[in-house]
Amino acid sequence: MNDANQSGHAIPWFTDFAEGPLWYVAATVFVFGVLWRIVGLLALGRGEDKSVPKQSGMAGGIKAILLHSVPHGGFFTHTAFHVIAGYMFHIGLFALLFFAAPHVDFLRERVLGFGWTPLPDWAFIVAAQISFAGLILLWVRRVADPVIRRLKDAHDYIGSGLTFLVMLTGCFALQESRPVLAGIHMFTVDIWLIYFPFSRLMHAFTFLFSRYYTGAFYGRRGVTP
Amino acid sequence: MSDTTAPQTSAAPVDVPSAVRVMLDQMGANIATWLDSCLHCGQCAQACHFHEVSRDPRHSPAYKLKPLVKAYKRHKSPFAKLRTTLGFPAQDVTADDLREWQELIYDTCTMCGRCTVVCPMGIDTASLVGLTRTAMVAAGLGPPDLLATADRSAEVGSPLGMTPDTLEDRIEWLADDYEVDIPLDKDKARVLLTVSSIEAMKYPQSIVAMARILNHAGEDWTFSTKGYEATNFGMLSGKSDVAAKMLGRIVNAAESVGAELVIIPECGHAYGALRWTGAKILGRALPFAVQHITEYLADAKAAGKLKLKPFAESITYHDPCQVSRRGGATQAPRDILAGFAQDFREMAPTGNANWCCGGGGGVAAIESATDLRLKVFGIKMDQVAETGADTMVSACANCRQSLDAGKEHFGWDKDIASLVEIVADHLDE
Ligand code: SF4
Ligand code: SF4
Repeated sequence: MNDANQSGHAIPWFTDFAEGPLWYVAATVFVFGVLWRIVGLLALGRGEDKSVPKQSGMAGGIKAILLHSVPHGGFFTHTAFHVIAGYMFHIGLFALLFFAAPHVDFLRERVLGFGWTPLPDWAFIVAAQISFAGLILLWVRRVADPVIRRLKDAHDYIGSGLTFLVMLTGCFALQESRPVLAGIHMFTVDIWLIYFPFSRLMHAFTFLFSRYYTGAFYGRRGVTP
Repeated sequence: MSDTTAPQTSAAPVDVPSAVRVMLDQMGANIATWLDSCLHCGQCAQACHFHEVSRDPRHSPAYKLKPLVKAYKRHKSPFAKLRTTLGFPAQDVTADDLREWQELIYDTCTMCGRCTVVCPMGIDTASLVGLTRTAMVAAGLGPPDLLATADRSAEVGSPLGMTPDTLEDRIEWLADDYEVDIPLDKDKARVLLTVSSIEAMKYPQSIVAMARILNHAGEDWTFSTKGYEATNFGMLSGKSDVAAKMLGRIVNAAESVGAELVIIPECGHAYGALRWTGAKILGRALPFAVQHITEYLADAKAAGKLKLKPFAESITYHDPCQVSRRGGATQAPRDILAGFAQDFREMAPTGNANWCCGGGGGVAAIESATDLRLKVFGIKMDQVAETGADTMVSACANCRQSLDAGKEHFGWDKDIASLVEIVADHLDE
């Protein structure tokens, strides 16, 4: 994206803004917001458990992090729709996020200083389709399932809606001849990053701690639920 | 007890600030992280027996956590102060919330922990519901019958009114009738045996069974009138003061006889109360080891101290949630049954994924929960029918009483029995 900028195309001010000042603001809010929320949670501390453990709590915590990444306990037949749609969406999203060629370039040039082999175009398209399909299936469930309808709040829609927009504008941005599209994509990414620490998107980080605490609690009892 | 019978009408005063204070006081990193993490994915509903039988979305585990989530977001979340400063604080818990959620927190959660297994974030709803119960009590809410049971256990020593004198009488009567030695108030003993008053009053032969087994194993043991009641309705109801009192009695009794080991009888929550939360309530490590009776039996069997005649009938084992999933003694009953029960059949699901009996967590003592609880028994009937076993054994008197109530209501043709009693009946002496 930056290449386009430097190679002298007529870039609207908007793209400059989204890739420049707004990006720096967004990245800062994201990093500090995420840290603030995680440190804020962990700093609440836990009292020491003086019961005599049967097994290591720490081992239980790590087991729970792994175990809850896959269906277990015989529930798959009941949760198959959600689990499959969830996997489709998340795997597709990760593939796009870290292996789409423009992202690898961006991470190398603007964030990390190094890169890796990106996905070929056809794989990018497959990943995008799987991810969109997963997200749409999750939406269908969100609207159709009475339990989720009872639980939902606005953030469920804002979070997934913004993610959808980021993915959609990302696909348009592939037309590199139209740098403004890259600008629009970058703008949605910036908004998404700013929203992230204050939202349920945080589960991308909190899942580690939530599962760990439960695993540690049960692990002491010799159980990994 | 007027303070405990008054609530439940919508006009009753609800002490919201106290409830919120109690919630926040206990909100450490683990609790806060769980409250922070729910994805609203609804998968937990698939695991909860109450939702399974009612299909009421309000009975989904995540929904039960709403008041606690509200308190967290308003007061404890890392962004709570920022939001308040900027002038858009999150909504606080209201009296109406607490009134509405009383039923969800008490009648429709046995704190069985099954929903945690399916939750992608691993949220420990059972602990969170237990915490909310303490806040309900602080608010002046809670089911009057359950709270009265807790108060009775604090006052007379046992939820079913079993005073030290009653215990003494019972033991004398049982020892005479069944010709078994039941030591009471020995000066010193290696093992302090406790009792669930449900057993003592409704299934007294279980006391005889435990005594026979301990004697058979050559154990140095005693009951104590200083502390005998293993059940802890303080913990179940959310009355922390009663919980501490009940626990203190056992610790006192164990210390005065110099017990190395306290054995919890066939009762699930009593095991969790002492084994896993005892040290927390007491504020120091327990000065003795704690075993559920099934753990003791499994160890005795492994050590060759338990000689058993084979048990031929077809049986299946109902895992009490607080013994298995939330207690960690899942394997012990299976070790006892291995080689002893000739026709043992596992239910599906079983072990740490087993369905609750529907009466745990004090729900068996809540009258208003009866209909739903009986519906839950339907799940158990189906599970047992699938195994084809004639008898369902359990290792929790509370499960047993809930299961017996279901059996009676539906005229169910299977037998419900106690594992310890079956073992005692098959001692090879
Ligand atoms: S702990 Fe058990 S009863 Fe309570 S919500 Fe979870 S599954 Fe339902
Ligand atoms: S399964 Fe876990 S994350 Fe999903 S709604 Fe239930 S409690 Fe929340």
